[in-house]
Amino acid sequence: MISLEKRLAPSTSASILSPIIAITLTIICGLLMIQAAGKSPSEAFDVYFLFPFNDINTYLKTAPEDRGGLLYQPAEVLVKAIPLALIGIGLAIAFRAGLFNIGAPGQYILGAIFAGGVALHVPEDLSRFIVLPLCLIAGALGGLLWALIPAFLRVRTGANEILTSLMLTYVAALLLDWIVRGPWKDPAGFGFPQTPDFPESAIMPIMLEGTRLHWGLALVLIIFAVLWFILSRTVTGFRFTVTGLAPKAAHFAGFNQRGTVYLVFLISGALAGLAGAIEATSTIGQLQPEISAEYGFAAIIVAFLGRLHPVGILLAAVVLAITYIGGENAQISLGLPKNATLVFQGMLLLFLLACDALIHYRLRWRTRRRA
Amino acid sequence: MGQNAGGKGGVTGSHGDAPLFEARGISKSFGDVAANKNISLKVHSGEILALLGENGAGKSTFVKMTDGVLRPDSGAFFWNGKQITIKSPAAAKRIGIGMIFQHFSSFEALTVLENLALALPQRSLRAIRRDVAEVSERYGLSINPKRRVERLSAGEKQRVEIVRALLQKPKLLILDEPTSVLTPQEADGLFATLDSLAADGMAMIYISHRLNEIKELCDSATILRHGEVVGSCDPRSTSVPEIAEMMIGKTADPIDRAGAYVGGPRLVVDNLSVPAKEGVSLKKISFSARRGEIMGIAGIAGEGQDTLFAALSGERRTPKAKSIKIDDQPIGAMGPTSRRRKGIAFAPEQRLGHAAIADFSLSDNLRLTRHAMREFSNRKRRAQSLKIREDYDVRSSANDPKAGTLSGGNLQKFVIGRELDRQPDVFIVAQPTWGVDAGAASSIRNKLLSVAERGGTVVVISQDLDEIFQIADRVAVLHRGELSLTHLVDDMTPDKIGMLMSGEDINSVSKDAIAQNFTRKRATRITETQEETSPAETRITDEQVKDPTQREAPASVVQTPQPAISPVITSSSMTSSITPPPSKPASQPSQKSTPARRIFVSGNVSTPWTAPEIIQKGTVL
Repeated sequence: MISLEKRLAPSTSASILSPIIAITLTIICGLLMIQAAGKSPSEAFDVYFLFPFNDINTYLKTAPEDRGGLLYQPAEVLVKAIPLALIGIGLAIAFRAGLFNIGAPGQYILGAIFAGGVALHVPEDLSRFIVLPLCLIAGALGGLLWALIPAFLRVRTGANEILTSLMLTYVAALLLDWIVRGPWKDPAGFGFPQTPDFPESAIMPIMLEGTRLHWGLALVLIIFAVLWFILSRTVTGFRFTVTGLAPKAAHFAGFNQRGTVYLVFLISGALAGLAGAIEATSTIGQLQPEISAEYGFAAIIVAFLGRLHPVGILLAAVVLAITYIGGENAQISLGLPKNATLVFQGMLLLFLLACDALIHYRLRWRTRRRA
Repeated sequence: MGQNAGGKGGVTGSHGDAPLFEARGISKSFGDVAANKNISLKVHSGEILALLGENGAGKSTFVKMTDGVLRPDSGAFFWNGKQITIKSPAAAKRIGIGMIFQHFSSFEALTVLENLALALPQRSLRAIRRDVAEVSERYGLSINPKRRVERLSAGEKQRVEIVRALLQKPKLLILDEPTSVLTPQEADGLFATLDSLAADGMAMIYISHRLNEIKELCDSATILRHGEVVGSCDPRSTSVPEIAEMMIGKTADPIDRAGAYVGGPRLVVDNLSVPAKEGVSLKKISFSARRGEIMGIAGIAGEGQDTLFAALSGERRTPKAKSIKIDDQPIGAMGPTSRRRKGIAFAPEQRLGHAAIADFSLSDNLRLTRHAMREFSNRKRRAQSLKIREDYDVRSSANDPKAGTLSGGNLQKFVIGRELDRQPDVFIVAQPTWGVDAGAASSIRNKLLSVAERGGTVVVISQDLDEIFQIADRVAVLHRGELSLTHLVDDMTPDKIGMLMSGEDINSVSKDAIAQNFTRKRATRITETQEETSPAETRITDEQVKDPTQREAPASVVQTPQPAISPVITSSSMTSSITPPPSKPASQPSQKSTPARRIFVSGNVSTPWTAPEIIQKGTVL
């Protein structure tokens, strides 16, 4: 019989090492899985992890005037990492406070809808410097309002926020579906369920020519700097941590529990909404039924892989982005199914949680005693 | 199995000499730290052995080894002269060792009966229920077997632990601070029980920091310091200071109650009713705490202390803001942060998870209650917490240790120091020395006294009567969410408080004594303070004191001293108790070992609380 025994002092270095061990285990098991599927593991490793960065070498060797487009693949990793990081840090704040906002995909969708609403309804000739910020603010507001629902239900009725926020995800998806098929459907779209393209003034400008990397990256870095400061240097950040670790002590410290619930959901909802708005105004440029809302779930892995810490989350977002890009590449060049990416992400979370469990607990084998 | 071992021992050994249980040369280390070094001790059947030591002296480690939770690195245990290996708690029970741990080990979600059944898998629920009823009755440990453990108070949970151990009919019972939640009467009852168990041949190892208890109960004492046996003695013939000195290696700080100012009311609680979310609701609680005094709230566990503390700290807002006033300002609607800004500090009973967070460093824990006042930089916070650790003697080898790594006593010293370091005007503390060793307890009590000495107000919610008698000036008793009238501690005896704790009215029996005492004290005060009497002061004479109209004078029984509200809360019992009776020859029972030496003299006797307070320096009687 195996039992788990709490360790007296969990090691700090182990808790930082745990994501690295989890990633290594995921790679090993993933390659075994690929071998079992009859493909070459070495080739798969190459496609998954090296291919996105192959071009960097070429880029460095090429004369500056011929470099255009060579960074496309590495830039794609960052493009995917942007929404993952934004949602991830919002979720990390919620998780720190012991509140499980699982509804990020819904908040992300509402962010996209609100941003789209602004983009599609502002006068055409308005400057980008007004329209784009308006879209982003509207997006954050959309996510925030959607996140208020589970917060309100939790505070008023004690409803479990995991369930309510998760269920609202499906409501949001159906809402988007209805909007793009109904009221905002592109009249010139040949009946496809999509809105018209956003006007140029509502499109995120490109940061690096020849790639899809946009200025959202800069915005993310600024937001991370601000959040890092709030989390590590202000009473608000302290409040979240205290609430998560010991609600009773938080109450004693004078941190109003209801206020914390609202604040946490507002922040994480706004960040998920902002991610949706950025995605809609950059890579997609319109609303359609499928806007990669699953980033909202993948961001849960990002938050835990990044140890709920801003710097860790930035790195973790890149790791998760690589699994997306690698998955796409493997689909093309190896013929692996798209779901392989989900399997990888699932394994990653599983190994991470297992590692964390072993940091806090030790296994003890007991011999079963006969009565 | 236990019976077998005992039987064999009886057959082979010469029963008179062989101890029932013996430890020989037990050592145990955790990493570099030697928690137990070469510990040897013996307990005979029918003997009660006290195991004494400060927190961190190695008592818990030793006890865990006798229960099979830990294994000794070297050394061996003997049962009736035969070497035994204690592999697990279950094995310890089979051998016949019963444990009552300081920390509760019941499943919160299960009922009392289900918890007991888990420990006795071979017995039917019905049989257990019958045994519980019998044990409860016999030992005065009343528990309702149908209640869920999570709904029980700390005191009730401890009773479950005691009953559980007794149901297993052990031959050796190890008790870790078992009386901390009992009323004196219940404790006496328990001692009687333990005595009768000893007479029946049960051996006991009794761990307590209350040296008086050990003197009363135990036949022998083994003293641990820094993991080693530093001595043993017969507690009946050794004095308390001598035992304490062996324990901590130096003389414990004597509790110093000299000289205090006592002024007007600072914190006034008036008709406070708070419905409980969990636990006991408060019903019309009224008391006041004055400048320069320690107000004690006694009561056994689970009588509404948690709700009262939450209402005072602001964790529960009171339905009426005016129910709690500080310096005449209503604060009932304020949260903890606003109350802290008013100069009130709080220290709750539960150290980890309420007062402090185990995973946080001390400097981060400092922030919990300090952010209300001022935000420090990380560096300043570390310096501040270091200062508190030095001032309040918080011992730890680490630089900025996590709260969870400190021993209970050291963490409590930090929690108290954190609040007192900012010089609060009012300090409200629950169970300040719960589970804390003698050295730490007396240092904490002295700190509380020094708050009162510099004119601060202290409210101590405590289940420890020794503590109330040692430091409090006045006391009221909480029983089922209701608070008794306030009495001068000098007028109380453990018996009287015990009666209040069980909800009995002491007025009928003690009325004469209280009034008598009051008269006597007044007279003494006047003679002693005459030289220093200021012009504004009214001389108090025996005549005046005996006048029934002088009800609101700070008498032995002091109700909420607000003229505006006192008529509302005047109850018939109150009136009767403070109306001084005709003079009788004083027959003062000797009440306690440390008499209070504080004296309060108030300005205008007829309206004592509205006139500006004239504070007279207290005189040592």
